[in-house]
Amino acid sequence: MPDLLTMRDVSVTYRTEGGDVPAVRGVDLALSRGEIVGLAGESGCGKSTLASTILRLQPPSATVTGQVLFEGEDVLTMSWGDLRALRWAGASMVFQGALHSLNPVRRIGDQIAEPIRVHSPETPDREVEARVGELLEQVGLPPTRARAYPHQLSGGQRQRVMIAMALACRPRLIVADEPTTALDVMVQAQVLDVLSALVHELGVGMLMISHDLSVLADLCDRIVVMYGGRVVETGPAEGVFGGALHPYAGALSAAFPRVGDPRARFAPSGLPGDPPDPAQLPPGCAFAPRCPRAIEECTRAVPELRSFGADRSAACIRVAS
Amino acid sequence: MTGLLLQARGVRVDFVTRGGEVARALDGADLRVGAGEVVALVGESGSGKTTLARVLVGLQQPDSGDVLLDGTPLGRRPRDLKPFRRRVQMVLQDPAGALNPRQTVYDSVAEGLRLHGLSTRDPDGRSEERQVADALASAGLRPPERLFLRYPHELSGGQRQRVLIAGALALRPELLIADEPVSSLDASIRGEILALLLKLRSDLGLGVLVVTHDLGLAWNIADRTAVMYLGRIVEAGPTEDVLADPQHPYTRALLSVVPEMEGLEAVVLEGEIPDPTRIPAGCRFHPRCPALASGEAAEAGVDDDCRRTPLAVLPDHRGHNVACHLVAARIPARDGQ
Amino acid sequence: MSAAGGDGGGGALRPPATLSARQLARRRRRDALGRNWRIFRGNRSGLLGLAILASFVLVAIAAPLLASPEGLDVTKATGGVLEPPSSEYWLGTDDQGRSVLTLLIWGARISLFVGLAATLISMVIGTLVGLTSGYFGGWAGGALFRVTEWFLAIPFLPFAIVLATVLGRSLLNIIIVIGVTSWPSTALLIRSQTLSIKERPYLERARVLGAGRWHQMSRHVLPNLMPMVFANTTLTVAIAILTETTLSFLGLGDPTRVSWGSMLDDAFAVGAITTGAWWFIVPPGVCVVLVVLAFTLIGQALEEVLNPRLKDR
Repeated sequence: MPDLLTMRDVSVTYRTEGGDVPAVRGVDLALSRGEIVGLAGESGCGKSTLASTILRLQPPSATVTGQVLFEGEDVLTMSWGDLRALRWAGASMVFQGALHSLNPVRRIGDQIAEPIRVHSPETPDREVEARVGELLEQVGLPPTRARAYPHQLSGGQRQRVMIAMALACRPRLIVADEPTTALDVMVQAQVLDVLSALVHELGVGMLMISHDLSVLADLCDRIVVMYGGRVVETGPAEGVFGGALHPYAGALSAAFPRVGDPRARFAPSGLPGDPPDPAQLPPGCAFAPRCPRAIEECTRAVPELRSFGADRSAACIRVAS
Repeated sequence: MTGLLLQARGVRVDFVTRGGEVARALDGADLRVGAGEVVALVGESGSGKTTLARVLVGLQQPDSGDVLLDGTPLGRRPRDLKPFRRRVQMVLQDPAGALNPRQTVYDSVAEGLRLHGLSTRDPDGRSEERQVADALASAGLRPPERLFLRYPHELSGGQRQRVLIAGALALRPELLIADEPVSSLDASIRGEILALLLKLRSDLGLGVLVVTHDLGLAWNIADRTAVMYLGRIVEAGPTEDVLADPQHPYTRALLSVVPEMEGLEAVVLEGEIPDPTRIPAGCRFHPRCPALASGEAAEAGVDDDCRRTPLAVLPDHRGHNVACHLVAARIPARDGQ
Repeated sequence: MSAAGGDGGGGALRPPATLSARQLARRRRRDALGRNWRIFRGNRSGLLGLAILASFVLVAIAAPLLASPEGLDVTKATGGVLEPPSSEYWLGTDDQGRSVLTLLIWGARISLFVGLAATLISMVIGTLVGLTSGYFGGWAGGALFRVTEWFLAIPFLPFAIVLATVLGRSLLNIIIVIGVTSWPSTALLIRSQTLSIKERPYLERARVLGAGRWHQMSRHVLPNLMPMVFANTTLTVAIAILTETTLSFLGLGDPTRVSWGSMLDDAFAVGAITTGAWWFIVPPGVCVVLVVLAFTLIGQALEEVLNPRLKDR
């Protein structure tokens, strides 16, 4: 039984002028301490919307059903006081685009210290400073950088500061939404190193969202692949990346080739068409219109997530048991 | 498929920063792209790869060095550049911003035709509408008429990128320069756009220069790959050699951190590309070089060279070339041919 | 190598659509207009402004039907001096015995005309100066920017008064005076927007395609400035009408024409305030306020309609 986060049959529907738009449709997800789970999918697949429900950060126009249990408590129904405590110290988020999330006119040390000071105002200044220094070291920055302003840092360093801020109140869960998307491959490697070291040293759980399956495969224990608001495949990271069952997961993993793999030379692999618009989902399997293996039956009913051995499941009728 | 098409020779570009310092974005870069050839220019942000692409397409004037088209240096006046633009086209990064939001797809694709007076004077006698439709179809947008009057915000990311490619193809160029053609696209679209570039090469004989930070992309489509670091090309050659058998410590480090890269132990370099206002002496990579730090260079007796002796600009010969003292010391006979 | 250039990937192409591209484009434009109108309709204050403005425009257009132009002639005045409102003269009479209502109706023509014409001049100058100074950097752009700042720094009213005095009192001159004094703020706005559009990637794309400066400016920068020019126009009209009123009140208007400003000037001159002849002062004052309010409301609503698009880029 996962002890940190359990999501059961979560659905999120946006109310818009053009009618209801189902962004997430019945997703189950579980995460334990010390575990990194990767959430993969393309724009509009519902992965960020799903993650926003963990801290009840979904926009007011969204209706959420199902259960989001954080350490056994349902986030969707908990009181404001409990929710605030959860947001402060239970779970925190790291977003992409660190440049816009930092206040340009305040020193980064003060910004990292802010949640600590607000959360426990009685902490003496010296302790706060020591904690800020410790946090900066944890993310691989010298503590002296606390006096720097955001513009004096590079993109990778700012992303590290964002991670330090997320760690400030010792959360048990970190939700990282595309934390390395805007970064170069070398800086991405640096940031990913920091993240995985933190999970293993501090024993926190982490949900990492990305469209890049190869990044997730490197870092995560398990991967959940979403398409059209539903989970289409889930399993151990290496298994999903190396031997995907669902054709969409297979296409995602082939999209980022292994350098040196002769099969990928002059053979870029992609899918025809575009990711589906959640407002106009095709009937049956949402992936069927782009699927190379689709048959007529695929368009009749939404395929259920079926189990394929321990900790592995896929939602595709074309996969033989 | 033989003969040289576009070449940068010893190109240097300086920018004056706000503080009055001179940042050397390009410090003697040599690169050439032949007809019907796909070349990948790989580097991190700050390496100068986009500046080199802009120089090659005439958007940026080099402070020294030349751009040559079929061996003839490019003029600098707009009048001289106009015929050049018909032969060399560019697809800019960020398909969302590179289309005028108030122009329809039709107008965006027809723009080049109108600028060059081809709307009414097509060599094959096609009407403007026909030319636009053909260009869109070549870029894989079918049926093209359905898209004529769409506005950019009504298109998906992949469609926008194809419209941009169509706009460039309408002029029937011989070479296409694509700056990060897939970095902002969804993973499943990526392969389709790359396949399109390969198809254009095989159908139209189009040469392609892809500027990217993505080594997987280079492996996917490029005949040759050039790796840039701090304004210079440090390693270049056939993609199989450069990416499957990298020589330069920087290329090796870059490759080792590609997710899911097997066979190489991950070498995560400290820090980021240094400030181009202060290019290190000797080999420009030496402050971050893992081979120097590990003592490998000292063993080969080149550590002093690494710190002090500047390397010559890497000539863009055929074959696999590396700008590194250590590599040169190990293979003394290597001359790049 | 495939010799057929752009035809290479072609394959079977459909014949051109039955409607020509131009016809379809026209239909698209109409649809877009309809969409914008729907958004505008959702804005109540904008709709109110439009209703107020429409009624004034109707009155101005239909002036000859509503009140005989003879009513403006002092020699043909039928009423007494400063008669209070009555069943015959709904808004009383002025010091010459003319019906205030007649003056008001004909005054709407002049006030609106001056406001619109002056705005046209102001927008043309403002857009041209802002566009050129923003698009061309260097000394030319810098010099134009200095000129704009210089005009902006001069106290507006004294400058207008001096100009009006020098040029003499006529309708055309007052339009020119308002036009040449009210453009700098528009120019600054357009300039800053131009500077931001100049950096958009689609301009770089146009350069790669071989576009010169003129093409970039006319095909890319200007069309993207238009929404802002449009929204700014309505706000400038309000200012222009107010300025016309002010200048006429100060006795700098065309003495041969009745405008709301000249009515206020007359009323003030004959001491309508001290004699309690409110009917001579309040109606033109209220009309000015209403029209200015109407344009401001419309301008704000237009910004709401056009801004989401601006942000979408």
